[in-house]
Amino acid sequence: MTTTSAPPKTVAVVTRGGTTEPRRRRSRRSTSVFAVIGVALALVWVFPIYWMLNSSLQTDEQLYGSGLTLFPTDLFTGNFERVIADQSFWRAMGMSATVTALAVVVAVLTAIAAAAAVSRFRFRSRGAVILVILVIQMIPAEAMFISQYRMMDSWDLINSALGLALLYAGHSIPITIWMLKGFIDGVPYELEEAGQVDGLSRFGAFRHITLPLLAPGLVASSIFAFLSSWNEYTLALVIMKDNAFATLPLWLRRFNVSYEATDWGGIMAGSALIAIPVIIVFLIVQGRMATGLVGGAVKG
Amino acid sequence: MVLTVDAPPATGARPLPPRRASVLRRAAPLWLGLPAVIVVIVTQGYPLVTQIIMSFQEFGLAQQFGQPAEWIGLDNYTRVMTDPVFWGVMVRSVVFGAVVAGLTMVIGVLAALLMTKLPTVIRVALQVSMLLAWAMPHLSSLTVWQWLFNTRNGVVNTVLVALGFEQFRGYAWLLDPASFFVIAGAVVIWGSVPLVMFMVYASVTQVDESIMEAAQLDGAGPFRRFFSVTMPIIAPVLFLVGMLQIIWDLRVFTQISVLQDAGGVTSDTNVLGTYIYQIGLGQGDYGQGSAIAMIMLVLTLVLTAGYVRQLLKNANQS
Repeated sequence: MTTTSAPPKTVAVVTRGGTTEPRRRRSRRSTSVFAVIGVALALVWVFPIYWMLNSSLQTDEQLYGSGLTLFPTDLFTGNFERVIADQSFWRAMGMSATVTALAVVVAVLTAIAAAAAVSRFRFRSRGAVILVILVIQMIPAEAMFISQYRMMDSWDLINSALGLALLYAGHSIPITIWMLKGFIDGVPYELEEAGQVDGLSRFGAFRHITLPLLAPGLVASSIFAFLSSWNEYTLALVIMKDNAFATLPLWLRRFNVSYEATDWGGIMAGSALIAIPVIIVFLIVQGRMATGLVGGAVKG
Repeated sequence: MVLTVDAPPATGARPLPPRRASVLRRAAPLWLGLPAVIVVIVTQGYPLVTQIIMSFQEFGLAQQFGQPAEWIGLDNYTRVMTDPVFWGVMVRSVVFGAVVAGLTMVIGVLAALLMTKLPTVIRVALQVSMLLAWAMPHLSSLTVWQWLFNTRNGVVNTVLVALGFEQFRGYAWLLDPASFFVIAGAVVIWGSVPLVMFMVYASVTQVDESIMEAAQLDGAGPFRRFFSVTMPIIAPVLFLVGMLQIIWDLRVFTQISVLQDAGGVTSDTNVLGTYIYQIGLGQGDYGQGSAIAMIMLVLTLVLTAGYVRQLLKNANQS
């Protein structure tokens, strides 16, 4: 900027008064450069999703023809109709829904009690408990699936929605406790104490005073558990060995293999059908999810 | 509320609230946490312990059909460690994890800083497109990326040929390990940049505007302002996100496994996760598979040790 060697304060004043014009011009030019980069970045990130929808609405002639069809001008719905008529799609949908619902219910119910314990009660090993929660979170699932498979096999829970749901719940519980703890910390304990003085039991005070205030946290952590179970692939691959028990991610893989020549139109329609509900849920709760994660991370 | 003031115990306890509270609060915590602890121990703790045990045992197909497993000490580990294939896999995993996590962090942080400079309309457009990418289920995005890079009808090959790169006519990206990892890396980066961007952006916007102005008035240029003012404030978030990226990218399984099924050469593209799957569940050698898994676990723990130590310090302080 300026090359004066005067004391900082003076420089500041001089800079302000003297160089307003060039700096404004420069910042305007850099703003438009930033804008171009921003638009390019947005386009690169949205393109695969656009291309999925675009391809899912095209006929085979358009998909495998010589040129590219950049816009789905015909709005061909045959790919979606084919997927929706496919029984294995609905079976996988039902399996995913069952596994996910079981996993979310088990994870959230057990985690809320544990989070209340960690947040509300002071005990000596509290720091250690939080640490254990985090360390479990760090253990890669890939380091354990051999013995998880063996365990489920010995309990006859291979190809079982319950077996897979239990594994998912166990994986989600630590992070769910962590998120819920952050939310419970945010509700002052004095509120519950006031309730107890007014004659509520301790459980009653938690149930009638804190729990309603936790609704956003419960929604956020349930959604988080929902998403990780709904999208999970590795354990599903290990536990659901039989095609008849495939969850949606596995179905999408086998859909690819089972046709003679890969049916890309159908696969894109299937991908879209799996992604759209997730994206909608995600858009609804995105703000809360980020705060939930960061809240837990910052408060420890 | 008025009642609290009138109630004698409350007023009496006022000078010593923590102690009274701790006596009151000690009654129930154990059983409240019990169901969660049981589920976690059964599904995570127990398998981890049995896996550690198996890594010291001869545990192949015969043992799976009832023959008692024999203790063989460190044999599984020495067998793995002396196998050049394992080291190939190890190097591939570490390089892939480091490169992908590094690129993810650089792109994510730059995108977050860029966001603070953008006019509102473009910023919202960028946020929405990142959010959509973040929300995409892995398997959906994987199939889309396979289609983008499809040999005959993929948009990437078509565009490259149209631009004059004739060598991409009918180019099979998944067959060559180098281009296989380009696609795998692109899918992973595309999916993980949004989280980095949103978390870093959230912490950058917490940097006080007036501090920035003061630094600017004192003559600090944009780079100086970034490294001396912004950086120290966002450092904890960067540290956490960066560490998560490294762990996640080191243990990448889904993307590699799916792309292998779609036409990659397994022996040239295995990473730790898929190698454990192949040795353990594919060939039925639970013992060696477990040993590799334990090596992976130790690697993860070493990488996260610094963070855990920091947390421990914080936990002791509070």
